[in-house]
Amino acid sequence: MSGKRPPILLHVLLVLGGLLTLAPLFWMVSASLMPPGEATTFPPRILPRVVTLEHYAALFTRLDIARAFTNSAIVAVGATLVSLLVNGMAGYAFAKLRFAGRDKVFQGLLAALVIPAQVGMLPLFLLLKSMGLVNTLLGVMIPGFASVFGIFLVRQYALSIPDDLLDAARLDGAGEMRIFRTIVLPVLSPILVTLAAFTFLSMWNDFMWPLIVLSDDRKYTLPVALAGLVGEHVQDTELVMAGAVVTVLPALLVFLALQRAYVRGVMAGGVKG
Amino acid sequence: MNTEVQQTRAGWLFLLPALALIGVFFVVPVIAGLVLSFTDFDLYAIGDPANARFVGFDNYQAVLANPLFWKALTNTLYFVVVGGPLSVLVSLAAALLVHSKRAKWPGFFRTVYFTPVVTTLVAVAIVWRYLDHPKYGLVNALLNRIGLPSVDWLGDPHWSMPAIVILAVWKNFGYNMLIFIAGLANIPDEQYEAAQLDGAGWWGRFRHVTLPWLGPTFVFVAVITMLGNFQIFAEPYVMTQGGPLQSTTTVVLMMYEEGFRWWRMGLAASIAFILFLIMLAGTWIQMRLTRERPA
Repeated sequence: MSGKRPPILLHVLLVLGGLLTLAPLFWMVSASLMPPGEATTFPPRILPRVVTLEHYAALFTRLDIARAFTNSAIVAVGATLVSLLVNGMAGYAFAKLRFAGRDKVFQGLLAALVIPAQVGMLPLFLLLKSMGLVNTLLGVMIPGFASVFGIFLVRQYALSIPDDLLDAARLDGAGEMRIFRTIVLPVLSPILVTLAAFTFLSMWNDFMWPLIVLSDDRKYTLPVALAGLVGEHVQDTELVMAGAVVTVLPALLVFLALQRAYVRGVMAGGVKG
Repeated sequence: MNTEVQQTRAGWLFLLPALALIGVFFVVPVIAGLVLSFTDFDLYAIGDPANARFVGFDNYQAVLANPLFWKALTNTLYFVVVGGPLSVLVSLAAALLVHSKRAKWPGFFRTVYFTPVVTTLVAVAIVWRYLDHPKYGLVNALLNRIGLPSVDWLGDPHWSMPAIVILAVWKNFGYNMLIFIAGLANIPDEQYEAAQLDGAGWWGRFRHVTLPWLGPTFVFVAVITMLGNFQIFAEPYVMTQGGPLQSTTTVVLMMYEEGFRWWRMGLAASIAFILFLIMLAGTWIQMRLTRERPA
């Protein structure tokens, strides 16, 4: 080997930090595989003595967590699809279509970013109630359909589309909808993947809004169902940990699969400020 | 040219779905929230809105006279003032480690440190609730191992806030770390080389090159971290239900309880607007503080 040895202290710190970061998640998985009661022994165990899948079996049979899983999937996928279309179209229009008032509206949207979601939550609940959407999955999804952040993300990316490309298509007589479908969407696909990853994860992980909207436990999404589970089964540490794994795992897998796109989104938000 | 007309029409058509959704489900509720905060809207009004009456600033007065609100605000400010800077420091340290030119596998460590960010808050808050168990929890086992006494993290009002701060820092530091890494990547190598020629050591280069160049990044990170901390809800809801002795009740948790548990929606709306004003003031102060410093 040539070159300098890697500095030891730096790597000790990196590994130590990594272990501390992953330890809670590691213990979550490990405890979920322990027989009942083993996660509450003294001194605490880190690895199961024998591995058992009984808590996962109980979750999917007796406790019907598959229903909450399906609800979460419907909410996250549904909101993501709508958000791609709605924010994609708006972001492109703000970047590339020339019309009066465009920049004023965009600035207005950016200004709305300072308003925290909680401010509108109470009337939104009453509005959805009057529309019959309380205690429905659609009611959970609605706040995820359009987002200023999503529009901003797409707009910044769409700015790089050359005007010549669009004008050439217009000269050929293509309508704006057709240009969007055949030329713009393919160019935007990387940022749409980013937007999809963001929307999916934020909907999958969201807690406060589904907690407010849903009252029937058959409609619960995973985080709400999990909060209920820990209320009823607080002593069954291993069972609750299995529920936590079922909730976290899809989010982690989606992140790992779309990591590059997701990181691009974080950076895009950070660079602009 | 008629393409101008076409583009105008297409432009508004493309914006329509987004603007309609944001208008109906965000702008209108925000304005309605302001109106709501001046009424005594409660359980009876949910049955029939005619039961709600305008009460002027009564809700605001009631909130400001309620000791629980001040307790909740103090707790929330604890997250902002203690949790925020701590989180930013951990993020910066992690970014410096991962971004170091001599670090092996930076991509791997970056992913590892980022992992908690994408986990489900409710699930990991529950995990930490068990990790913080006074007898069976791994946190105390670790403390005992290095010779420190056990702590009743979630049962002792003095330790419940630190316990939630630790969860929040663990969960969120990876996000700001990424933003710091992006900021670090923008610093030209020549800056470090020049500092090195001037005889600056590690600390000198950090102080005179890294920190000034990260200035704008700091502003952004500080503001979004602060706004996030003002809105803390799920952590105390899941870990402590605001206890023990209301030591972890936050403003948003109080708003949730008032509005959606006791259905005092007028009162809850006034809490939301007070929080909004405090957040605006906080952002303004933060901008001022960071602008004064020469970047």
